[in-house]
Amino acid sequence: MNRPESVTVVGASAAGLGVVETLRREGYEGDLTLVGGEPHLPYDRPPLSKQLLSGAWDVGRLTLRQPEALQELDVDMRLGVPAVGLDTAKRAVLLGDGERVGYEALVVATGASARRLPGTEGVRGVHVLRNLEDAQELKAALARRPRLVIVGSGFVGAEAAAVARELGCEVTMVTDVAVPLGDALGAEIGGMLADVHREHGVRIEPGVMVEGVLADGARQVRGVQLADGRTIEADVVLVGIGAGANTGWLKGSSVPVGNGVECDATLYAGDGVWAAGDVASWVHPGTGRRTRIEHRTNAAEQGLAVGRNILAGPGEAKPFAPVPYVWSDQYDLKVQIYGSTRGADEVRIVEGGLGERRLVALYGQGGRVCGAAGINMVRVLRAHRRSVADAVPWEPEAALVGGER
Amino acid sequence: MKISLDVDKCCGAGQCVLAAPDVFDQRDEDGIVVLLDENPPAEQLGQVREAAAVCPAAVIEVQE
Ligand SMILES: Cc1cc2nc3c(=O)[nH]c(=O)nc-3n(C[C@H](O)[C@H](O)[C@H](O)COP(=O)(O)OP(=O)(O)OC[C@H]3O[C@@H](n4cnc5c(N)ncnc54)[C@H](O)[C@@H]3O)c2cc1C
Repeated sequence: MNRPESVTVVGASAAGLGVVETLRREGYEGDLTLVGGEPHLPYDRPPLSKQLLSGAWDVGRLTLRQPEALQELDVDMRLGVPAVGLDTAKRAVLLGDGERVGYEALVVATGASARRLPGTEGVRGVHVLRNLEDAQELKAALARRPRLVIVGSGFVGAEAAAVARELGCEVTMVTDVAVPLGDALGAEIGGMLADVHREHGVRIEPGVMVEGVLADGARQVRGVQLADGRTIEADVVLVGIGAGANTGWLKGSSVPVGNGVECDATLYAGDGVWAAGDVASWVHPGTGRRTRIEHRTNAAEQGLAVGRNILAGPGEAKPFAPVPYVWSDQYDLKVQIYGSTRGADEVRIVEGGLGERRLVALYGQGGRVCGAAGINMVRVLRAHRRSVADAVPWEPEAALVGGER
Repeated sequence: MKISLDVDKCCGAGQCVLAAPDVFDQRDEDGIVVLLDENPPAEQLGQVREAAAVCPAAVIEVQE
């Protein structure tokens, strides 16, 4: 085992923090540098579209670790300075302030950025929701109870819709898919969630693309233009159409980049470079598929795995083979998913039912269980995680536990 | 070892139960964390620290 003398981690959020904590916990005594583009101590993102937006929590609650705990890690923290370039031949990271930080091992943990709608640059009243400032700006805008149009029906948009309704805003959700959240949960369960949103007063416009925003002469947003010719008036627009991996700063280096940093099964990308979190794409040993996951627990687990693998060295590193997990809170519903449900060819509700709005559903692909989703059935769902982990045959698993609809 | 929990922040992911099933459980109704053992034996330390590390809401603090 030859441990690197210095490790530099770029990206000071869930994944990056996971790496440096793991290294120290496992006894690493070499030089550690953590570079973060944001001027804040590492903070948590899931509450941005939930408790922070609603006002239930103040900013302080989002801090991932207390300053004392960070100090104990003995890490050279460079916060508020982005990495702007990488020289893999000389093993140095170039920072925005002109400094260079060397490394023997490097971890790319730069996460992802919200996708924007073309033509919305500089239009006031158009928001995305990815970082603390985004959430604070949106929160301030919602306090005026505007007519809000949400573009996209992913988890972030759906959570923001729920909060905005609770704050008394008029909310319209426009999505190009037929059933909001149907791509993640299937038409039936997605449909149930859509019903819940409608009951709470959200107007949903499914199956139509948003072509752009309408702005007045003062560059203030006035509405959105739909592909079918209609327009919807709005005072505030939230664009929630997904996120793209932050890999721009790696241009010109030897790091392989596709949809994220392309790693092997151990999260290694070659030349001393590893990746973790939303930015990392790796070949999942269980499915054999190249995968990039934007889930909070994945960031922590990959941070842990990369920390350990750095200490083991590329030759001894272990493949990363998780059961992915994600949750979403909307109104009084807790949605939880293990495994992958997108692209499933079978869905069966095995516990509870749509009417009760408490259920567990199994998802199958190619005759095997590939995912499990729950609504307000937390412990019951966890009992099905094993079937996902083992990818057990669809029959008899799904038939055994016969749920009533 | 001493464990303290910021239960208000818990999001019911259950990652702690998977990492250290003898120390953590979840409430039936909402999945909020339940501490089964406030002072678990030292041999549990590895599992408990892993639970703290993978908790997606930074709820768990461990003092040795
Ligand atoms: C509003 C919102 C709600 C969410 N809710 C949930 C949820 O309920 N459940 C769930 O499982 N997941 C949720 N997620 C996803 C989860 O937050 C992410 O998966 C997680 O934050 C990923 O962590 P990360 O460390 O990989 O990346 P990030 O959290 O994106 O952090 C990357 C960090 O790197 C920094 N950075 C980027 N480029 C550079 C650079 N060149 N130099 C230096 N630093 C750089 C960024 O500023 C950022 O601080 C949510 C995300 C958002 C935005």
